[in-house]
Amino acid sequence: MKPAQIVKDVHWVGSVEWDCRNFHGYSTSPLGTTYNAYLINDEKVTLFDTVKAEFANDLLCKIAHLVKPGDIDYIVVNHVEMDHSGALPEIVAQVKPEKIFCSPMGERALKSHFDVTGWPIQVVKTGDTVSIGARTLSFLETRMLHWPDSMATYIPEDKILITNDAFGQNIASSERFADEVDRSELYRQMVRYYANIVLPFSPITQKIIAQIESMGLAIDYLLPDHGVMFRGADVAYAIESYKAFAAQKPTKKAVVVYDTMWRSTEKMAEAIATGLLSEGLSVKIMNLHVVDHSDVMEEVLEAGAVVVGSPTHNNGMLPRVADMLTYMKGLKPQNKIGGAFGSYGWSGEAVKAVAEALSAMGMEMPAEPLRSLYVPKHEELAKYVEMGRTIGQAVVAKAG
Amino acid sequence: MDRYVCNICGYVYDPKDGDPDNGVKPGTKFEDLPEDWVCPVCGAAKDEFTKE
Repeated sequence: MKPAQIVKDVHWVGSVEWDCRNFHGYSTSPLGTTYNAYLINDEKVTLFDTVKAEFANDLLCKIAHLVKPGDIDYIVVNHVEMDHSGALPEIVAQVKPEKIFCSPMGERALKSHFDVTGWPIQVVKTGDTVSIGARTLSFLETRMLHWPDSMATYIPEDKILITNDAFGQNIASSERFADEVDRSELYRQMVRYYANIVLPFSPITQKIIAQIESMGLAIDYLLPDHGVMFRGADVAYAIESYKAFAAQKPTKKAVVVYDTMWRSTEKMAEAIATGLLSEGLSVKIMNLHVVDHSDVMEEVLEAGAVVVGSPTHNNGMLPRVADMLTYMKGLKPQNKIGGAFGSYGWSGEAVKAVAEALSAMGMEMPAEPLRSLYVPKHEELAKYVEMGRTIGQAVVAKAG
Repeated sequence: MDRYVCNICGYVYDPKDGDPDNGVKPGTKFEDLPEDWVCPVCGAAKDEFTKE
């Protein structure tokens, strides 16, 4: 694929990984992804970020459509994570840049990743500016959105904000702009990306968005490092979506997630869902044998309740449930109502352990954890319907 | 003296060590850090810290 012009002399030169499904080892990317790099052809030819190491030649090829790679003067490293810096050693060797700009934490991270001997690194902080000819680069550190080194670059002359991973989505497409792809798919992938990557840094996200708004930056183009780019009215759409994600306001939706051995815990999940539905909630029932923990988090982001079920196996919960709870804990979801349930044969520790894990995440637990011996009888399932109702009522009260 | 943990990145402020890179001497209590002091790892403000 060829480079794509964004405005005159500003180009997307990234790579599309159509078959990426394992995203960084911790989540999945069902639609593939892109690694976006940008090139500005000004007096000082400037490259923003690179791509994953194995796409170095693809990046060089795209650059060569526009300028000789050796003509690049400056490289801006907005984010050091390998999917954006993996190709950097190869690019630095080929380009021999005059300067490499990065944040103070970026310098530390670059030194921890690569042998930077001879690299002309210049550290920049929030508010620092560099002229590249007709344009100015204005830097804004975005620490922990989503790594300590993260930085955004604003180009006032073109009203462009390059945001590294913030506002990214894992979408492999031939289209480059948000207004060219399916709207609901775009939204789902924005939710999925936020829930699995940005969520724990929601307080930082809110502060940085407030900072950008207080600076009164005019933004016509919002250029993330993954997926499609936002322009025109979509810039506000992306920013408002992030404000809503970061606020984590509960909605009338519940996720019932479980694993099961002989379908007993599954029966309970169905009964709980019946109770939730009777209170007017939308419900997602998710069996951990067929979904990834990143699929679950995509649903959890906007949910008001997370109800988790596990049978007791060898005195503990099933491994897939433990995996899910560990993953969810790290992402620090807020404002959720929790619930725990499951079957058991003799000792029955799993349900208590699940309930403790959810409480430790700060979830309110309006219904007592419920468990049943071996196989819940039909009349016994009424207790689970009631549990769903109790949780549903709590969500309705909270979501308003 | 109490240690404080950054809720965002997990960095621990230990008053015994202070934060010399940012001009905070060893022996400085968390409460005595300037209001504009931020987490040296992630930039979070003081109100993002919790007592350990």
